[in-house]
Amino acid sequence: MNIIITGLITGSMLALLAISFSLIFGVARIVNIAHTAFYMVAAYCIFSLTGKFGLNPVAGMMIAVVVVTVFGLLAYKFLIDPIREHEAAVLIATIALAMIFQEAVMLIYTGDYRTVSALIEGYFIVTGVKVFYQQVLTFGVVLVVLALLWFLLMKTKLGLAIRSTAEDREVANLMGMNDSRLAMITMGISVALAGFTGAVLAPLTVLSPFMWMEPLIIMMAVVVLGGLGSIKGSFVAAYILGFTEALVVFMIPKGAFLKGSVALTIMILVLLLRPEGLFGISFEEER
Amino acid sequence: MVAAGLYLRRFYTIVRGEVLVLPSRIIVALFFIILLGLPLISQNPYLIRVVILTSIFAILAASWDLLSGFTGQMNFGHALFFGVGAYASAMLNVHLQIPPWVSVPLGAAAAVLTGLLVGIPCLRLKHTYLALTTMAFPIILMGIVFVLPDFTGGELGISGLKRISSSLVGNYYIYIVTMLVLCTIMWKITDSHTGIIFHAIREDELAVKASGINTTRYKLMAFCLSGFFAGIAGGLYAHYMRIAGPSTLEVSMSFTVVIWAVFGGIATIYGPIAAVFILFPLLEFVRFWPEYRMLIFAVVVLLILLYMPEGLIPWVRDKIEKECPRCKIRNVATRKTCRVCTAGLD
Repeated sequence: MNIIITGLITGSMLALLAISFSLIFGVARIVNIAHTAFYMVAAYCIFSLTGKFGLNPVAGMMIAVVVVTVFGLLAYKFLIDPIREHEAAVLIATIALAMIFQEAVMLIYTGDYRTVSALIEGYFIVTGVKVFYQQVLTFGVVLVVLALLWFLLMKTKLGLAIRSTAEDREVANLMGMNDSRLAMITMGISVALAGFTGAVLAPLTVLSPFMWMEPLIIMMAVVVLGGLGSIKGSFVAAYILGFTEALVVFMIPKGAFLKGSVALTIMILVLLLRPEGLFGISFEEER
Repeated sequence: MVAAGLYLRRFYTIVRGEVLVLPSRIIVALFFIILLGLPLISQNPYLIRVVILTSIFAILAASWDLLSGFTGQMNFGHALFFGVGAYASAMLNVHLQIPPWVSVPLGAAAAVLTGLLVGIPCLRLKHTYLALTTMAFPIILMGIVFVLPDFTGGELGISGLKRISSSLVGNYYIYIVTMLVLCTIMWKITDSHTGIIFHAIREDELAVKASGINTTRYKLMAFCLSGFFAGIAGGLYAHYMRIAGPSTLEVSMSFTVVIWAVFGGIATIYGPIAAVFILFPLLEFVRFWPEYRMLIFAVVVLLILLYMPEGLIPWVRDKIEKECPRCKIRNVATRKTCRVCTAGLD
């Protein structure tokens, strides 16, 4: 039971992060290392909004998501957009960005571990295991957001534009889609989702300025495993790795140390068999 | 006596004709002289320590450049080679009592094997997939290190390694000379036939294949060579710090290497080395705001990327030197005509 709950929560969190990460990669070919740093910033925003200013947690979450989105758009406009042609430079720029966020958070909140109080207190017991209402709430909200995202991508014009740009940027551009504006919008959505993940997850985890590193790695593993740019792949791979982590932690002694290793080993094994990931389409050689 | 005089004269002609004509060569020569002469001026242990650590990391950054800058195989887990080199030489030295001058090369050999092990699966991956996959390897190894604390020391690492040399200056010269020799070798490799093939693989792998070159072999070779140099850096680091800990495998370690290399300019070898010699001592000596150090570091890197995406050193080099449009030989920017073919420079 514990395994299922942890697996579901981790899986949903990873799914949200990975999908938003692949969105921006698909549309703009930006590997945003700072993605989980935005998630950390959102969590800290909530911490100070609810803790220091005594705001309603839901309002705090909203404000946090907005703040993070603004940060993301500013970063995109002034840092990433000018150097988008140089793939390596973008990678470094986002690493540097993540480090700036980490250091800024460290300066403002110090390196101490912080916690955010839950939206709803209490728990119920299923087959001898405590299930906190907060966990159920998080899971539900994540599912709703995923459904909304699916609707946005599949049923709206904007979604069509995003998907077609991800598939072939040049042709989409020729068909009259404004490439750079679309990249901006996608960056906004992507960062907002990262911020949202941070917001819903904040009550369940411990906040520290280094909390972006671990999910980053696993998120990358999810994205690569599912196939870069594939939303469905990210979704499936997120739950696969989420459950693997949960299984390893609960079944193997000293598993907490190994959870990253096992998840990444699975990723590498799958890649050996299918170099483009589970659901990826192998991109044609771009020359 | 006459022969010696002749050699001296020839040496002088070479220096005047080949070294003093270009500012970049003068800088490199000065760099060698200053590094080799430093202990004669100051024997401050802190200064020496910083220079030694800088040169270890210079080897590491240059070895990343050899693999990722030249062949374009973006390796985001370079800490793996460094960590393997450090742990292997530490284990050999502590558990088996093997002296440093054997354990460091053996550690490098272990890193070469790791390079093969990582390189073979990675041959099938390209671009971003490769970058993200290579990032995973050091983390996997770190998990293994934590699970086997009896063997690897777990979180504390293996400590109590022997120093390579007990005297301060002796130690300094061993590290500096090793660094200079290894970096020159790397530069020579990239300047050779092999280096040209590496360049070509980055630019257009298909075309290289079409020219009848076995790119798989060259890519694996790049992995092994890079692993070798990074492994030596790891072994030297372990013996200098007298500890091999999990910090050598951290994600931030891999990232820092990439930042150094890109900051200095990739596919140049001298770029990453120069970058380490600028950034690392800067971070060490900027003591006035210790808590802002990393912040400043990241901001500086961002600014450099925004204004000179090619990296700092190629940018500076293009400012002080011009390439002759006719014979492609480099000239000082102040010259009006090429120093070899007298074609006009614009």
